[in-house]
Amino acid sequence: MSTPEPENNEAADAAKSATAAPKPQPDRPPRDWGVIIRNVFTAENGAMVTFLAIVLALVVGALMIVLSSTDTMNKLGYFFASPGDFLSSAWNDISSAYSSLFKGAIFDPATISGTPEQFFGPISNTLEYATPLIFGGLAISVAFRAGMFNIGGQGQLIVGAIFASYVGFSWTALPGLLHMIVAVLAGIVGGMLYGGLVGWLKAKRGAHEVIVTIMLNYVALLFLGGWLLNTSVFHNPAAAGQAISKPASSTAVLPHLFGDQLFTDIGLLFAIAATFAVAWFFKRSKLGFEVRAVGLRPSAARTAGINVSRVQIASMLISGALMGLIGVTQTLGLANPNNNSLSPNIDAGLGFSAITVALLGRTKPWGVVGAALLFGALQAGGALMQTQAQVSIEIITVIQALIVIFVAAPQLVKEIFHLRAHKIDTGKGGGEDTPTVDPFHTTETINVAGGEE
Amino acid sequence: MSTASTATGNVPTTNVAALAADTRSKMISGVVMAAVGALALWGFGLTSRVSNGAHTLFGLKYDPTQTGGLGPISAPAQEVALALTSLAILCGLVRAFAPISKKIQLWLDGVYFASLVISFLVWAAAGSSVGLNVPSIIVLTAAGAVPLILGSLSGLMCERSGVVNIAIEGQFLFGAFAAVITASSTGSLWAGAIAGCLGGALMCALLAVFANRYLIEQVVLGVVLNLLASGVTGFLYDRVMSTNGGTYNQAKGFSAIKIPGLSSIPIIGELFNQNIIFYLAYVLVPVMWFLLFRTRWGLRTRAVGEHPTAADTVGIKVIGLRYRNVITAGLLSGLGGVWLTLGLASAFGKDMSSGKGYIALAALIVGRWSPIGAFGAAVLFGFATELQVALSSLNTPIPGAYLAMAPYLVTIFVVAAMGGLTRPPAASGKPYIKG
Repeated sequence: MSTPEPENNEAADAAKSATAAPKPQPDRPPRDWGVIIRNVFTAENGAMVTFLAIVLALVVGALMIVLSSTDTMNKLGYFFASPGDFLSSAWNDISSAYSSLFKGAIFDPATISGTPEQFFGPISNTLEYATPLIFGGLAISVAFRAGMFNIGGQGQLIVGAIFASYVGFSWTALPGLLHMIVAVLAGIVGGMLYGGLVGWLKAKRGAHEVIVTIMLNYVALLFLGGWLLNTSVFHNPAAAGQAISKPASSTAVLPHLFGDQLFTDIGLLFAIAATFAVAWFFKRSKLGFEVRAVGLRPSAARTAGINVSRVQIASMLISGALMGLIGVTQTLGLANPNNNSLSPNIDAGLGFSAITVALLGRTKPWGVVGAALLFGALQAGGALMQTQAQVSIEIITVIQALIVIFVAAPQLVKEIFHLRAHKIDTGKGGGEDTPTVDPFHTTETINVAGGEE
Repeated sequence: MSTASTATGNVPTTNVAALAADTRSKMISGVVMAAVGALALWGFGLTSRVSNGAHTLFGLKYDPTQTGGLGPISAPAQEVALALTSLAILCGLVRAFAPISKKIQLWLDGVYFASLVISFLVWAAAGSSVGLNVPSIIVLTAAGAVPLILGSLSGLMCERSGVVNIAIEGQFLFGAFAAVITASSTGSLWAGAIAGCLGGALMCALLAVFANRYLIEQVVLGVVLNLLASGVTGFLYDRVMSTNGGTYNQAKGFSAIKIPGLSSIPIIGELFNQNIIFYLAYVLVPVMWFLLFRTRWGLRTRAVGEHPTAADTVGIKVIGLRYRNVITAGLLSGLGGVWLTLGLASAFGKDMSSGKGYIALAALIVGRWSPIGAFGAAVLFGFATELQVALSSLNTPIPGAYLAMAPYLVTIFVVAAMGGLTRPPAASGKPYIKG
């Protein structure tokens, strides 16, 4: 506990208010629109940086699309003889990819005169893809606010999916709605147990959560794909030779939210409810307060009488439970491609996408929802882009990773766009919300296999 | 590390408590080891697989069809299994109750582990007419350990200079991709190998820039870089390789170099009939140890990783050294990627490193941030993952998935058991801001 870094947060705040306080509003008029507009374009404006980060990531994505298109690159060979060929071909590559991305994510102008189902189809796909990302982003945020980095989403959601799937196909005696509720709860419990194990090992045994979660991911993956799906309890006899479970009974499946034509299930409602719950948890609950205190400064929290071990275990339990909900929507939701049965790749990389969502949302509940909608839109659009423009959906992973890197490095965005470093002081000192754990630059609380020594 | 270890930390008055806690944890882990040994005694020594006087064959020739050389050894399965598991229980009990030094404790752990593993093998191969091919297991283990060794040496170099490198997986992928695409489009394996190393270095350069200049939290950064590498290589694979595999994804492997003399030693001779990357990986372990602990560069690197402010005070350029070390480390993990394609003569596939980068990280931690320790852990993990291949023909009741889990479970057990005892370089993961 001897590092100087942890002071950063408070020190920065103190410095900010110190510079803002002494010179209240001597010569600046209270509302100068020029200043306000110029203040939009600063590196301190999170929304602006996020927007520019998205633009940058899309530009890099466009470059990759052009560079990997063999046709277009062949035309580059005679660029100086006929530059138009190359440019129009490159433009064609980019515009066909990104217009299908838009059509798949938001709406297709061609469907304005079509049925409402056609018109709202893309947006409902976006919502369906966003649902697990909301759970995941919230899960990462809860752990992060307690100073822990949960990379174990993959494992926790797999265990949640196993539990939900088991209840889904075997406890068929339960009546309709009750069956679904029990299956959802089972998924939550599964993720909770697997996440809680991490919290327990961290709090009681001092095992670093980053290492433990990485290892537990592979344990869960091997357990599911290498063994469980081949056992007689889980394996679907109708799919001989395939590692796939019995399909969940129809009573356990999550129903459609907006009618049978649209691809959104009631998992979205759970996600919104979870967001409200997590927002309440951070703002109003005692445990949420303790979580934030532990995340900001464990030693201070301990001095203040907070049981740090208990808080760490509790936040990992909650985080795991939210990850378990991804397992639920992946197995019982409409996103499941295999008739609501369990397959080895049930996690679909969501445990890791969740990290990018939480980071982009700056670990705030409604920020997470916004980030999840953006990445959900990219996923939904990417699927159409793959079929229509033959651009591999992997580009979406690249774009997501780049967005997060750019957002995490506002300095870089500032250098690229020559943004002003700080806001011009308008005399309205500070006004920022309460300090939270900075997801990108904490140096004390997250530190692989190290920590507060 | 966490609550428990901070309590047992630096304040002198808590030393007694710390010692007591240490003795207690030594006792608990010893008892657990003995209990596991007893379970093994029951499972491997008393079950029907070995009880009917079955024998276990140990083949001692790499190529069993070859004439001459050593014949197989046949051992009575039950007796050997019982003896070895009893030895394991004894080791656990001694560790728990006898006052022994740390060094003896380490030896005991080694004996415990070896006897458990051999008793398992004896049990698994009991009654089989083919038996276990010992030289083949040795070679598979050694080959499986190569990427883990290279990856953990890369991680070691980064962490020793104060930068956490979780992106080894991404460096493997990038290295493997760059190697195969260069090698098959130029037709030169060496160009491919160099491109692969540079690919890894490029990924590490990204890590270095974002960690040192833009001060992004390094674990977060590593995870995101892994995603980036997976996305970029997967995208290019779909766009370029999957349609045009003949020109861009045709890997010819490095051919084996037979070392005269050594390669004719019985049992382990095949280890000296491998390709250049294999030898390089094993040579790099002592080289890294020497560089890190016996040279000026090593002293400076360790200083920068432990206490950058002090290092800066005596005139070491902290940031510059970190940049250089992290990018050089990228060459090593890039070479690990080269092994996955050109070393094994296999084509590139999406996410083909399949977690090896993370196992390399685990080897680094289990090996307690030392080159020799990381090497030992890498060999152990290589053994556990390759054992499935050797056992697949023996029809054991234990599914391969559980064997494949072994390295991960061992790592969890080790970090949980060692808890506060493991200590990474003090400044690892903390950006240095001058001033």
